[in-house]
Amino acid sequence: MSAAPPHLSVSVGAELGPFLLQATLEVGAEPLALVGPNGSGKTSLLLAILGLIKLERGRILLGDEVLVDKDRGIERPTEERRLAYLPQDFGLFPHLTAVENVAFALACGGLPTSRKERRAQAMTWLDRFGLGSLANRSPAQLSGGERQRIALARALASSPKAILLDEPTASLDVEARIEVRAFLAESIRSLGLPTILVTHDIMDVEALASRVVVLERGQVAACGRLRDIREAPPTPFAGKLFSSPMPVGTAAISGPVNDGQFRHN
Amino acid sequence: MIGRFLSRTTSRNLYGVVMVGLGGTLLLFLVLPFVALLIDGGPDSILRGLGCALTWPAMRLSLGTSLISVGLVVLGGTPLAWWLARSRWRSARWLEILLQLPVVIPPAVGGIALLLAFGRRGLFGGVLERLGWSPAFSFVAVVMAQVFVSAPFYMQAAVQAFGRLDRNLLAVGRSLGASPPRLFFQVALPLARPWLIGGAAMTWARALGEFGATLMFAGNMMGKTQTLPLAIYTALELDIHTAQALSLLLVAFAFALLLLLRRFNRNLEVSRKPATS
Repeated sequence: MSAAPPHLSVSVGAELGPFLLQATLEVGAEPLALVGPNGSGKTSLLLAILGLIKLERGRILLGDEVLVDKDRGIERPTEERRLAYLPQDFGLFPHLTAVENVAFALACGGLPTSRKERRAQAMTWLDRFGLGSLANRSPAQLSGGERQRIALARALASSPKAILLDEPTASLDVEARIEVRAFLAESIRSLGLPTILVTHDIMDVEALASRVVVLERGQVAACGRLRDIREAPPTPFAGKLFSSPMPVGTAAISGPVNDGQFRHN
Repeated sequence: MIGRFLSRTTSRNLYGVVMVGLGGTLLLFLVLPFVALLIDGGPDSILRGLGCALTWPAMRLSLGTSLISVGLVVLGGTPLAWWLARSRWRSARWLEILLQLPVVIPPAVGGIALLLAFGRRGLFGGVLERLGWSPAFSFVAVVMAQVFVSAPFYMQAAVQAFGRLDRNLLAVGRSLGASPPRLFFQVALPLARPWLIGGAAMTWARALGEFGATLMFAGNMMGKTQTLPLAIYTALELDIHTAQALSLLLVAFAFALLLLLRRFNRNLEVSRKPATS
């Protein structure tokens, strides 16, 4: 690992059906929260960074590696980008046990080569996260919080260079949410990797991120430090998000936010 | 008031009579032939039928060819379905429809098509013959006919199975660094396996029962191309109880397969019960 934390630099354009996704992001050691109304293209932006949707144009740099440069015809496949991706439902393989899920990530990296050593190393990862006792459970036998932590352990076992989280607490109940949030905050801080967090939940933003990008209809409507955005919300959506006790866009609002709707703010 | 009540009960009764009458008639019609197949002539004549010279060569040939057919269909159909299920190419949808064609055309038409393609005077028959190989009216022809008519059953199940896979799981697998072969063999295949097995079972049943295309393209030569369904057809001209005995063999097999699949699907539901979190 290099001493300086890598830097993730993203500039992409893609057609998303209803609108164009056109976004530029810079992520360093400070975690970035990506917020915006439903259907504003947040998850699509993560998928674009992962290389899972077709880009019209784009340039993605991770540290000194070029992941995408459409002008030069470079587009590294997803499996070579070294990006940890945690989808909303955590994406644990249901046919593998917890330890096998982690061992899968190790096998992808090619090291260690022996099955037995991989398993031992996967156990070490689980132990590090206090999950050793769950090693032989299948994902169906685990709580939401446990699944989230195993998914993170698995993602880190693949030695990623950046972390992409898609609504990490959305599918959890309230108690698990608090626990997972604390766990994620601690993990993200100690890793120091570029981290992008898509969320609807102001509590996630407050706990996990220090910078915020507001995405609306595929465009970056605002970006800045969490403190500044909170104090002077640059868009009606941001105003709603930071004044609302409820996660915006889940129960409170459905569908893309209509600007006129919030003119009284 | 009372009149309306009465008319309501009579209409309700009428409804019951009509529904039970229609459903029951179809049920009887579907069940009675099996009853006849099972009891007509009694066990002695059935046992005598099984002893007929046609039985065992046909049985061996049917099992051998149908198993080879299923193997070939699974071997080629799995990669094809994986590709079709993930292709964003519009022609892939048309190809899927085309692949279902053998289900809806009469098998005899399939046999003619095979003959026109691979028969001695067929489109590619000349090329094959120059290579010293003429598949028509041989063991290979039996397998070809079975693959042709039964592949769609596997294809449909496999395309659906792969199409229904959670895309997030595949995305996560790739983000973890899984190469395409690892993603296929260690994620997609194990997750789709139950449906693939179901599709393979239906394919096997269809291959085992194949008649029309086999008759046209492979002929009806005892010990060489005469499978059980063809043997039944031949036996009918000799003695109906021999035909009956051979039919019972096929029914027993099909019934066992259905029971197995049901049990298998039940296990599947239990193991896939969502977790309580």
